[in-house]
Amino acid sequence: MQKRFFLRTLAGAMVLASAGTAMAQDKFKIGLILPMTGPFASTGKQIEAAARLYMAQNGDTVAGKKVELIVKDDTSAPDVTKRIAQELVVNDKVSVLAGFGLTPLALATAPIATQSKTPLVVMAAATSSITEASPFIIRTSFTLPQAAVAIADWAPNNGIKKVVTLVADYGPGIDAEKYFKDRLTFNGGQVIDSLRVPMRNPDFAPFLQKVRDLKPDAVYVFVPSGAGAALMKQFAERGMDKAGIKLIGTGDITDDDILNSMGEVANGVVTSHHYSASHNSALNKKFVAAFEKANNGLRPNFMAVGGYDGMRVIYEAAKTTQGAGGQALLDAMKGQVFESPRGPMFIDAQTRDVVHNIYIRKVEKVNGQLYNQEFSTIKDVKDPGKTK
Amino acid sequence: MLTILFDGIAYGMLLFILAVGLSVTMGLMNFINLAHGAFAMVGGYITVVLMQQFGVPFLLCLPVAFAGAGLLGALLERTLYRPMYAKPHLDQVLFSMGLTFMAVAATDYFMGSQQQIMQLPQWLRGRTEWGTGGPFELGMGHYRLFIIAVCAALTVGLQYILAQTRFGSRLRASVDDARVAAGLGIHVNVVFAATFAVGSGLAGLGGALGAEVLGLEPTFPLKFMVYFLIVVAVGGTSSITGPLLAALLLGVADVAGKYYVPKLGAFMVYSLMLVILLWRPQGLFVRKGGR
Amino acid sequence: MKAMQDSLLAPSRLKAWEPALWLVAFAAPWLLPGHALIVNEMAIVALFAVSLDLILGYAGVVSLGHAAFFGFGAYTAALFAKLVMPDPVIGLWVGMAAATALGALCSLTILRGSDLTRLMVTLGMALLLLELANKLDGLTGGSDGLQGVVMGPVLGRFEFDLMGQTAAWYALSVLFVLFALARRLVHSPLGATLKAVRDNPLRAMAIGIAVQRRLAVVYTLAAGVAGAAGALLAQTSGFASLDVFALDRSADVMLMLVIGGVGWLYGGVLGAVVFKLLHDVISGITPQYWTFWIGLFLVVLMLLGRDRVLKPWAAWGKPKAQGESA
Repeated sequence: MQKRFFLRTLAGAMVLASAGTAMAQDKFKIGLILPMTGPFASTGKQIEAAARLYMAQNGDTVAGKKVELIVKDDTSAPDVTKRIAQELVVNDKVSVLAGFGLTPLALATAPIATQSKTPLVVMAAATSSITEASPFIIRTSFTLPQAAVAIADWAPNNGIKKVVTLVADYGPGIDAEKYFKDRLTFNGGQVIDSLRVPMRNPDFAPFLQKVRDLKPDAVYVFVPSGAGAALMKQFAERGMDKAGIKLIGTGDITDDDILNSMGEVANGVVTSHHYSASHNSALNKKFVAAFEKANNGLRPNFMAVGGYDGMRVIYEAAKTTQGAGGQALLDAMKGQVFESPRGPMFIDAQTRDVVHNIYIRKVEKVNGQLYNQEFSTIKDVKDPGKTK
Repeated sequence: MLTILFDGIAYGMLLFILAVGLSVTMGLMNFINLAHGAFAMVGGYITVVLMQQFGVPFLLCLPVAFAGAGLLGALLERTLYRPMYAKPHLDQVLFSMGLTFMAVAATDYFMGSQQQIMQLPQWLRGRTEWGTGGPFELGMGHYRLFIIAVCAALTVGLQYILAQTRFGSRLRASVDDARVAAGLGIHVNVVFAATFAVGSGLAGLGGALGAEVLGLEPTFPLKFMVYFLIVVAVGGTSSITGPLLAALLLGVADVAGKYYVPKLGAFMVYSLMLVILLWRPQGLFVRKGGR
Repeated sequence: MKAMQDSLLAPSRLKAWEPALWLVAFAAPWLLPGHALIVNEMAIVALFAVSLDLILGYAGVVSLGHAAFFGFGAYTAALFAKLVMPDPVIGLWVGMAAATALGALCSLTILRGSDLTRLMVTLGMALLLLELANKLDGLTGGSDGLQGVVMGPVLGRFEFDLMGQTAAWYALSVLFVLFALARRLVHSPLGATLKAVRDNPLRAMAIGIAVQRRLAVVYTLAAGVAGAAGALLAQTSGFASLDVFALDRSADVMLMLVIGGVGWLYGGVLGAVVFKLLHDVISGITPQYWTFWIGLFLVVLMLLGRDRVLKPWAAWGKPKAQGESA
């Protein structure tokens, strides 16, 4: 795996070095900009693995052209990401830009997509406003409002009326807080307090203590995947479940990537999300098995499925346009309807955003491993952020 | 309120154990070692691997983490650090930053980029509550109690070594003036090596203890470097009590600040540090005549 | 007497390779149009590094928070372009002025204390500004960043293009002008007193140099130059986000400066070019583990000493340090 990866990226680097030699005629290039280093590196790994899996399963030729995946680290700096995207478009002549783990990076790159008429497929970032930054942006991941609204609908019907929200203080977190609050209040619930945790936060203790002192029915949590484990452990440590406070949130806190190692504390946590590795469909089982096999038993998570479906959208669109890029490729991406490992989904032709099912799931032990078991489905959820 | 105080003290003690090695190294060898966080990370990962893959009980992992990080420290000190002592501060900063980058990338390669999750033994997972509510209720997580106990014991031990043993007096002499100490026949090199090893070992122990509370992943050194530096800057580098009090102050301020005024968030720690440093540039607790 | 005067004045004379270097720099966006973007990035970072050199190399102030001024200039220029007028050059002036003002304010904080104190105080300021920018998200866009910054044409004529050539030339021109000014400053009597302060503040004070005032002046000036670099960044990328204040920026620029050589204005430029090149090339080869090779390069560079790496013939038999051997 490593050697193939190295050889492929070496090939990519050589293409980069030979600026100007237009090999674009017989190659279909995809520029994949991901967080490969830094705190979100696990996202980058998942998406890259999923993209390569798709290529392995569906061949690396589309419409007679060889598909080339150029993977770049975004270094979490928007100006560097923008420059990398520009170089990919201008030097490597990619037909599609894809990836984008963080919102500011996608927003900074949007003008490039518009100016160069290159479709940009967002496979990870989840803030609502991204698709509005450029008419060339397509999203295959999800939006926080989709998940937040779903759990805000579920909660009042299950004995949860008073909630304290606890979110990380950045774009997606604020989205999650706002849409949850609006929907819960609309459903007759009440958000007693809204706490925001700084991104570089070492210790959740004071925030959880405050939640405990406010005595809500539940605490609604959104933190970037990874921090969820620490939060859940401290939640249990503080005796909050014994004090009768439930833990609900979007699926980022029970990320499949690390869910199994969270242990007992995660058991019983209810979340809403668009993908669970235990989703009961033939396609998903095949996807999970192939992914685990190709990646040393690593379980795919919602980031991986965003990458996998993104590749599907790109491949099918390229087949329709015979490998051409630009506006035609974008139009071929809009309106695609298909079955994904997460369930049925489609790309809305107007908003270019993803429409899929949102599931309410509970963490349970299945065959000795922890999984998010889906028990309720809300079909075809559009992004509430846009219909407002 | 008492609970918050308790939490702050636990957090502060953890910071102290993590940072005390850095403080002594800086004071002793005048070497700005930004790679200190990497030793903490090593200790944390040793513990996690031992517990997850070999089933070693948590209590046993702690001394192993200490020993492991300490050994690594001693090794690196002899081979890589020693040639850097005479070089200017900037070169040292760059060198240690380079080491940190290497450590972060190597850990990412071997262990993966996700958060490492530890499973504490059952007896450390409980919580004791005293009082019936209101500001004087004291809720103590057993793990934090454990942290406070271990760190307090270590502090007492360190202070004893420093003040009452011959090695301690040699160390203090070398801190004050290495040349004169060498002139008196003290093997300054040996003192340096031993101190560096112990400091790194303590960092490793701190990393092992902190993995549960602070989280553990390859970017750990970069995330927490700032906090260690704050403790050392505020506490001064010429004693142990200085960093201890600084760490406690910062821990309590951070936790209390986030509880009472969450809007301020991280402002609290930085502003506090700025105010203290502007008022007392040498740090809060400096012996007269110390560096 | 003449010989002594010559030797003292020698560093300030224009060397033969200097004009050549600048010519090559300006020709680069035209000769290598595909790489105009990275030339732009290098120019901006080089300017930032030069500003740090003013305080680090010439005044001895260790700062881990220089990004505070960089970021302040960036946000000011971005907000100016968005809310007032999109002209780049005026925006540049505004950004510089704002950063200079901030620098004057902050210069009060760095006057006392040891290296470590200054390190932490400057770091603290940068982090405080970062938190502030995050909190004022109505104005700054918070962690999503400030978008919608559309720049007008430079000097009313040159539009910012997709290839980045206009941006590169704009950045290079600003770099050139400010570099020339900095060079003048450094070789002036003021610059000489700064070097005296750097080498031995006590002695400098003893011969009557107003150490505090000098430090404050140079810190303010350096802040202005850093602000210019930040403004350039915001203008050429059409974007400003929180990471302009981050520790990474300050640390990276210090790395570049030390790689290139402190106390020598071209050190900043050289370090910026080398670091960016290394970063880009290694990152292209291994997007995930490039930090390892950069770290290795730094460790080897520091252990062997910069001289032995740059002039390997001076060290008989010692192998040249290779950072990128995969």
